[in-house]
Amino acid sequence: MFRKHILALAVLLAATVLAGAASAQTLRIGLADDPDILDPTIARTYVGRIVFAAFCDKLVDITPDLKIVPQLATEWHYEDDNKTLVMKLRQGVTFHDGTPMDAASVKYSLLRHLTMPGSTRKAELGPLKSVEIVDDHTVKLMLDKPFAPLLAQLTDRAGMIVSPKAAEAEGDKFGEHPVCAGPFKFVERVAQDRMVFDRFADYWNKDAIHFDRVIFLPIPDSTVRLANLQAGQLDMIERMAATDLDAAKKDSRLKVATITSLAYEDLATNINNGEQSKNPFGQDKRLRQALDLSIDREALNQVVFNGEFAPGNQWDPPSSPWYVKSMPIQPRDITKAKALLAATGMPHPSATLIVENTPEQQRAAQVIQAMAGEAGFDLKIQAVELAAQLNAEVKGDYQLVLGNWSGRVDPDGNLYNFVGCKAPPAFNITHYCNPDVDAELDAARTAVDPEERMAHYEKIAAHILDDRPLIYLWHPQWLFAMSNKLAGYVPYPDGLIRPQGMRLQ
Amino acid sequence: MTTETLDPPRDAPLIHEDFGERPWQRALRLLAERRLAVIGLGVVLFFIAVAILAPLISPYDPVATSWAVVRKPPSLLHPFGTDEIGRDVLARVIWGARASLLAGLVSVSLALAAGVPLGLVSGYCGGFVDGTLMRMVDAMLAIPFLILAIALAAFLGPSLANAMIAIGVSQTPIFIRLTRGQVLAVKHEEYVEAARAVGNPHYRIVLRHILPNIVPPLLVQATLAAAAAIIAEASLSFLGLGQQPPDPSWGSMLNTAKNFISQAPWMALWPGLAIFTLVLSLNLFGDGLRDVLDPRRG
Amino acid sequence: MAAFLIRRIALLAPTLFFVSVLIFGLQQLLPGDPALVMAGDNADPATITFLRHKYHLDEPLPSRYVLWIRGVAHGDFGESMRLKEPVKDLVLEKLPVTAELAGLAMLVALAIGVPAGIIAAVKHDSVVDYGATMVALWGISTPNFWLGILLILLFSVTLGWLPASGFVPPTESLRQNLLTLIMPAFVLGNAIAAVMMRHTRSAMLQVMSADFVRTARAKGLGQISVIIHHALRNALIPVVTLGALEFGALLSGAVLTEQVFTIPGFGKLIVDAVFNRDYAVVQGVVLCTALAYILLNLFADIAYALIDPRLRA
Repeated sequence: MFRKHILALAVLLAATVLAGAASAQTLRIGLADDPDILDPTIARTYVGRIVFAAFCDKLVDITPDLKIVPQLATEWHYEDDNKTLVMKLRQGVTFHDGTPMDAASVKYSLLRHLTMPGSTRKAELGPLKSVEIVDDHTVKLMLDKPFAPLLAQLTDRAGMIVSPKAAEAEGDKFGEHPVCAGPFKFVERVAQDRMVFDRFADYWNKDAIHFDRVIFLPIPDSTVRLANLQAGQLDMIERMAATDLDAAKKDSRLKVATITSLAYEDLATNINNGEQSKNPFGQDKRLRQALDLSIDREALNQVVFNGEFAPGNQWDPPSSPWYVKSMPIQPRDITKAKALLAATGMPHPSATLIVENTPEQQRAAQVIQAMAGEAGFDLKIQAVELAAQLNAEVKGDYQLVLGNWSGRVDPDGNLYNFVGCKAPPAFNITHYCNPDVDAELDAARTAVDPEERMAHYEKIAAHILDDRPLIYLWHPQWLFAMSNKLAGYVPYPDGLIRPQGMRLQ
Repeated sequence: MTTETLDPPRDAPLIHEDFGERPWQRALRLLAERRLAVIGLGVVLFFIAVAILAPLISPYDPVATSWAVVRKPPSLLHPFGTDEIGRDVLARVIWGARASLLAGLVSVSLALAAGVPLGLVSGYCGGFVDGTLMRMVDAMLAIPFLILAIALAAFLGPSLANAMIAIGVSQTPIFIRLTRGQVLAVKHEEYVEAARAVGNPHYRIVLRHILPNIVPPLLVQATLAAAAAIIAEASLSFLGLGQQPPDPSWGSMLNTAKNFISQAPWMALWPGLAIFTLVLSLNLFGDGLRDVLDPRRG
Repeated sequence: MAAFLIRRIALLAPTLFFVSVLIFGLQQLLPGDPALVMAGDNADPATITFLRHKYHLDEPLPSRYVLWIRGVAHGDFGESMRLKEPVKDLVLEKLPVTAELAGLAMLVALAIGVPAGIIAAVKHDSVVDYGATMVALWGISTPNFWLGILLILLFSVTLGWLPASGFVPPTESLRQNLLTLIMPAFVLGNAIAAVMMRHTRSAMLQVMSADFVRTARAKGLGQISVIIHHALRNALIPVVTLGALEFGALLSGAVLTEQVFTIPGFGKLIVDAVFNRDYAVVQGVVLCTALAYILLNLFADIAYALIDPRLRA
């Protein structure tokens, strides 16, 4: 009699333990900013892309070494002189609302990216003109002319496929209840507080998903974000401050993951954007050269980022296959810098350097000010809010500005819009325009063979690194800290967090 | 920033009858008896001296960087340690006193210069002018002080000077209201009526008869406002709207230090202590002043 | 009394008008194009023009003001450009959060300030007075963002007793809700404690020298009894009504406190909106808080008038 009770108790206990083990596993991620609207057609922030990775699958994805691999599309090839991209779609994929993903929904999504008013994807898709349905699982993307960066664009928001039923119903309010085909589905969003997603039972790759729920919490202050992680309220944080890396490594509750990003930081000079371009820096490239030579990129990295970031001198990091190896980073040369300044007849040129008023940017600006000061430059720092900086950049209300770009997989995405004559003014803030460079840029995007493209980029580098409208300084490392119970995270150069394969032990 | 104001006394006038000494002598004597207030004043004067003598007593140039000594703890060479790009913290605290004291001084002076005349006019004239002005003051006070300061500083552009202007403007309505209240209280006193009866022009009555008698509560409020202004400057610097790099101010030093709190706590300790000591002393002195100048409060 | 009330309420309108003009003007004069900020990484001219047109940014200032005011009169405060939510929804979402924080902060302020004020008044000019004064004053002598970070490091990271940041609604879990608010409420209430102490102290001093108290003492009642039964009760009235006026200070303090502790309330909403040039949000939120502040002032005035008939003149 007694034994029966013990047995019952044991079974009950075992059941509870097992139930506990199988109970809801939640992944809590701390973000560095609050994303804007969660609609892939009109989204504009970098941090939004991290959230999209949890709930909105795209046609193709990348590997950590930037190769393009299938996601919603399984194979593809070019036809018709590289003006048509034929893509075969994965079978058995459903959207979160139960409707199936097929060629019609892919066509709908791509056309939405192209035609919806306010779409920020239109410019990214370049010469894409129309989409043809071949059969239920094959589409043809028709281009005006060959466009090599197209596949790379489809690994980002431009390749995200949304449910036509939901998108039609919601219109531009789609972002409030987005419906895609990713591993998690949208549950709720409290602005500036949290975004909650639940596991989608019918995800095509559901075996790779080991969480029942993902919660994103925006916490802009890096110290507080890390504190949350250390206190156990978060499982993972993105964009940890470089100066916190040591503390995170020493903390036995945490582990870190790092990877060089595709992003870059640059010192831009006003070459031809309005009145302020009539300053010596914009007019005489020897001053820019001297400025470049007075900066010790290694020391800058050491002092500002504890040596964690990667110094750079081009739009792609030295680790990227698109880096022009024949033009490596030049070491600091104060003597040459001073000689150049003497030759221009201006041993002590002065300028105002605009910088965003965040701690790391200000630190970097002060170090640059001190380094350039040793060569004779008299730089004044003006730290402003982001909105004011963007304003100044577009209006040409600056002489020098410390800027950055979040980086794209394809080198064209890091170059065309910033040094091209035809680029939008909000991107090419220096208004640099060199017809030779332009010709090379156009050729590079039309050619499809990587070696051919590389040759063009080498010619571009020869110009840009001589004219220096942008002086490239460093490439950030994406720094992730997470609980040491979190396994399976693989860092990618785009800094996104892909839940496939991640689990809590 | 609090919006408390001193209510006009309802029974006793502000200035006592003759006790054989002038009112300010009596005030000083009473003040000297309040130990906390005296200590407060002493500390404030000490900081003022430090700020004025900064070039002489600072061991280093506050903006001189040195890559070799980034974030070093306090030592003989650097008694307060070094900061995130190798500058001496003690030197920056000493020079930073200027920014903080200026923030207190300039903001409050601005608020007084703008607020007192408007309050005098409003209180003395009454009627439509008074009504409109008071509605505008109410409107300004209805907007949270820091929001107003942030919006103004963002509008003017981030810099210490603009932060001081923003804080000064945000504090003006309080002085308008305070002055007006005081004017209302004494408007019908005998000496004012007498001055009017004699035929004095309005401006004379206001400047020679009313104003000198309402100075004490203004002085108290100014002291307390200066304390609040110093904290406000630190707050604006925390949001990136105050003193620009590389020039030091305690508030911006705290802002950078917060990211290094576990690795280099000395970066935050000294400027935090400095702000705390100065502001506390100002508050103590202001409270003592209020006790002494308003006999109603014992 | 009725006339007094009517007059005071009538003054609401012009004040609110000035508030609306002031905050509208301030916002629109801020340098920076919100369309640019919103466009972010994708600032091609078509997008920017579209955004500017959608949010009427290409129209002249006065017509934008009229558009906004007309909307407000119909209960439409516009839409957040960044989050694409109606401002009204955002306000209703965030208001309870800040209200709860402010309420708890006020409790903290009273809990620290009132006893300190009583002690300071009763033991006037003694060491205890000095001690109590210092304790209450240290709150407004430290920048609250600074105190917040120190507390997070101590209680969350080192000791692990309290959550480092974030907010749990009371409907989800009352216990968690209070845990997330302890530190922020303490930080915020600290600063107001000093004001409460000052009010309490001066009110107590005033009352203690009043006739009826002297009579009570003469009758031989114990000091403490006198304090509690007579002085305190009368002193509390002005203290509480003046406390209502501290609402503005609470909101100011909440701005930074919410930033540090990542509490999704009004303060954080406003600061982020100012920096993102999200005009509609700043204007709408400030209008609401201004209204609340004005109403609280009215309440305080009425309470005072009820106590002291002389003020109704």
